[in-house]
Amino acid sequence: MIKVSDLYKNFADLEVLKGVSAHIRQGEVVVVVGPSGSGKSTFLRCLNYLEQPTGGEIVFEGTVLSNSQVNINRVRQEMGMVFQQFNLFPHMTVTKNVALSPMKVKGMGEAEAVELAHSLLGQVGLADKVDAYPGQLSGGQQQRVANARALAMEPKVMLFDEPTSALDPEMINEVLDVMKDLAHKGMTMVVVSHEMGFAREVGNRVIFMDEGRFVEEGSPEEIFTNPQNPRTQAFLSKIL
Amino acid sequence: MVLQVIKWSYAIKVLPNLLRGTVITIKLALLGVIAGIIIGTIVGLIRVNRTKILYQLATVYVEVIRGTPMLVQLVLFFYGLPQIIGYRMEPFTAAFITFGLNSGAYTSEIVRGGIQSIDRGQMEAARSLGMSYFQAMWYIVLPQAFRRILPPLGNEFIILLKDTALASTVTLQEMMRVGQIQMARTGQPFPVYVMAALIYLVMTLPLSQGVRWLERRMGAGDQGL
Repeated sequence: MIKVSDLYKNFADLEVLKGVSAHIRQGEVVVVVGPSGSGKSTFLRCLNYLEQPTGGEIVFEGTVLSNSQVNINRVRQEMGMVFQQFNLFPHMTVTKNVALSPMKVKGMGEAEAVELAHSLLGQVGLADKVDAYPGQLSGGQQQRVANARALAMEPKVMLFDEPTSALDPEMINEVLDVMKDLAHKGMTMVVVSHEMGFAREVGNRVIFMDEGRFVEEGSPEEIFTNPQNPRTQAFLSKIL
Repeated sequence: MVLQVIKWSYAIKVLPNLLRGTVITIKLALLGVIAGIIIGTIVGLIRVNRTKILYQLATVYVEVIRGTPMLVQLVLFFYGLPQIIGYRMEPFTAAFITFGLNSGAYTSEIVRGGIQSIDRGQMEAARSLGMSYFQAMWYIVLPQAFRRILPPLGNEFIILLKDTALASTVTLQEMMRVGQIQMARTGQPFPVYVMAALIYLVMTLPLSQGVRWLERRMGAGDQGL
């Protein structure tokens, strides 16, 4: 589904990605772990071109994203993204947050879009909050709205950038439940996260990233119980 | 110098004339601020977007307008330009162009600041949903920026309203100019100019109250609008 080859990304003099390659298959849940500053988020943000790679190639469903003929807005409709800080639109109700892009990007009618939004908000357990503004919600609730908002575009893959790291501990589970639910429904997911429980339970593959490179990858079992690379071992011993 | 007797009755006598000038003053200020908002929004967006050539043009515009006295610009348009274009424009036209351009330059900085004060994540979230740059700007960034821009924009309008007095130098019969004429006619500068100042104050006081009210409302939080 997504094929990444030899991806480089520099910010001025700083080399953040130093040639990473990956193949994300349909229905797979890939969890990227690694110390902060290792380039995980940059990798994720390159996938939908929020960051433009300095070198290398990303092919999504046969489309080469670096091709100047490609309409990146179309590509992004098929790649949902959930941000660490949620980035909900504070000046709109939760319903409008979810309904806006189906209406403006896909040209869906308002009644249909609102119905879709209500249905998605129901699925993430927020049926009673449809008229609330983001500022009136808890972090976990905001995060679930962000999920619903991304799903409203019916993406083929969902990208999660540290979805639980800005949450209070007691809210993490409600968000992970929504993500697990999504994974069980067969959604292809790329998740940057330190949630080992989530990675073990629903991850098909874990990639350990350090200093801009993919150091080691394998099944959650392999990575968490029997890491081969010393840097993976050192990192895991610190967080587990 | 011999002290003159101040005849306060003149303040009332010249009032109808001053009020006629006030109409011109308000018209000039309103049209100026509207032109300023239109120019300022476009130029502000250009300065945020940083498209090479346009950005440089916009920067030159803002720097030149802000870096030269409005009085100089005004007389340049009214008295200077005829040497090049061969005719003199109406005083109101010259004043309108000057105030529009000035208001545009200052407003563009307000707009730019407002847009840049909105968290980058808002633009990114909108783009990640497939919106174009302009859709994201229009539906997500500008509405939020606008709320923060409103109070400084109100202040800009107050300043502009007072600055219209400069248009008296290009013979526009706005309030200040009318005041000068009435002063010459009556020989009573003090009551006439006190009256003129009072009229300015009557206009600006409610405006600055309004701005303060807006600022309080903005501070109240992000919910709703």
